[in-house]
Amino acid sequence: MKRKQKKPLGPLSYVYLALVYLFLYLPIFMVIAYSFNTNDNNLVFEGFTLKWYGEMFRDDSLMASFWLTIKLALVSTIISVVLGTLATIGMHRYEFKLKKTLDGMLYIPIVIPELVIGIASLATFTFMNISMSFWTLVIAHVTFCVPFIVITLRARIADFDKSIEEAAMDLGANQLHTLKRVTIPMLMPGIISGALLSITLSLDDVIISYFVTGAGEMTLPIKVYGMARGKIATEVYALSSSMILCTILGYLVFIFASGKRNKKTVS
Amino acid sequence: MAKSLANAKSRRNNQNNKVIAALVGPLSFWLVLFLALPLIYVVLISFMNKGTYGGIDWTFTLKNYIDLWNPSYGKVIWKSIALAFNTSLICLLISYPFSFILSWVQEKYRGFLILLIMLPFWINELIRLNGWSNILRDSGIINRFLLELGIIDSPITMMYTDGATLFGMVYAFFPFMVLPLNTSLSKLDVTLIEASYDLGASKLHTFFRVILPLTYPGIFAGTIQVFIPSLGAFYIADVMGGGNSTLLGNLIKDQFLTARNWPGGAAFSVILIIFTLIMMKLYSKVGDLDDLA
Repeated sequence: MKRKQKKPLGPLSYVYLALVYLFLYLPIFMVIAYSFNTNDNNLVFEGFTLKWYGEMFRDDSLMASFWLTIKLALVSTIISVVLGTLATIGMHRYEFKLKKTLDGMLYIPIVIPELVIGIASLATFTFMNISMSFWTLVIAHVTFCVPFIVITLRARIADFDKSIEEAAMDLGANQLHTLKRVTIPMLMPGIISGALLSITLSLDDVIISYFVTGAGEMTLPIKVYGMARGKIATEVYALSSSMILCTILGYLVFIFASGKRNKKTVS
Repeated sequence: MAKSLANAKSRRNNQNNKVIAALVGPLSFWLVLFLALPLIYVVLISFMNKGTYGGIDWTFTLKNYIDLWNPSYGKVIWKSIALAFNTSLICLLISYPFSFILSWVQEKYRGFLILLIMLPFWINELIRLNGWSNILRDSGIINRFLLELGIIDSPITMMYTDGATLFGMVYAFFPFMVLPLNTSLSKLDVTLIEASYDLGASKLHTFFRVILPLTYPGIFAGTIQVFIPSLGAFYIADVMGGGNSTLLGNLIKDQFLTARNWPGGAAFSVILIIFTLIMMKLYSKVGDLDDLA
């Protein structure tokens, strides 16, 4: 209803939108274009080749970084989802002492510069005599991903019908059973979008990883940071282009699948 | 009778406490151990002396805080704050009209347009910045293009300057301004704007007296999301500014990793922690902290 009262946008508005998107995507187009370049100096576009897309698989250290980054994102997201989901349910359903404190702690990683979390983790791990490894990376990543899961879930749980859970209990389901069969399935869409956000954050993180990474564990962003002041290897361009392509494809499949499911429930 | 009822109640309370502990306990434990204690530890070591071999000498001192007033550090701190301020301002000036237009776009397209803002995050920020560097540097696309057309005789230096760092920061953080502004602007009630017109207010008047105040929470949330990370983002200064721009973030990083002066680095970090807490406190008066995510 409200929408109809709005005036249509003028052409200048569309030009402005287009300019902003151009600003956002220009370097990405550049990266994608140069990933097909026969010349690897990233200066002149000489000719089209798929060579770098083959090269990237042969570059063992690049592949090791890639898989480490994926593994790190998945492991820390799984831990974050478990911790975050349980806590969101608990905070929604019960009042308890120190609830405000827990709430306050959750906002810190969102607002504080990542750098501070990075050095604080480094200092603490050193103090506790824990040497840097894959697991220190996981710990630090969970710490900054988990608040995003809680907040995404909290938005979802707020418009949640408590009576369904109560009905399950009345029908004789115990707490655990209700959680497993009623609460968590109802929260699933929130869990999925929280998990996606967490994966995105983890994949892109440079700062925190930089401080808590072990000698042999180089995530993709850290590897890129090492190159970024000079020349980034063209294989890295190819790998990044493939990753964004996969994201777009994944998203399209998701839209297609959920569109289909929506149609089914309507009919 | 009453006794057994009270018994049942306390048993239920007991059971509830166990359930609460099972649900909330793991996360609380995690955040205390890996977030709260480390931050307290940083504050603590900022009051300690530097050990001879880069460790911490556990004797109390205020030296690290006095050092902050050293003019060469003061200059860096001031420069970082000014840069973070400029970044936030430019991001706001770009994002406000953008989000405003976006809020008038039909709902079915708006989701897609927002997604387009998020999508670049799937290419690492450093690679995107490197993409800009290939476009902007002396031998980059823009300069070669202009040279070939004969518009300029020698390349314009754009990369490795403070301006380039500012450009990189705006590029990297501007989506974080768009998202909260968009939330704020799409909640805006059109009837209020119409009421303002009906009561005879001009367009300009309506904007400054009605629209702008209603979107303060979004502006504030966006500003926090841009201002605070730009204080710590050392890699943008590294990649875009070259060695020429040292910011607070670079200073902290170097104190920890190169100079191995942890207490000194910790004192700088405490500035960041204090900044963050003040902004959070201020924001919690204007808006909902959940909107920051």
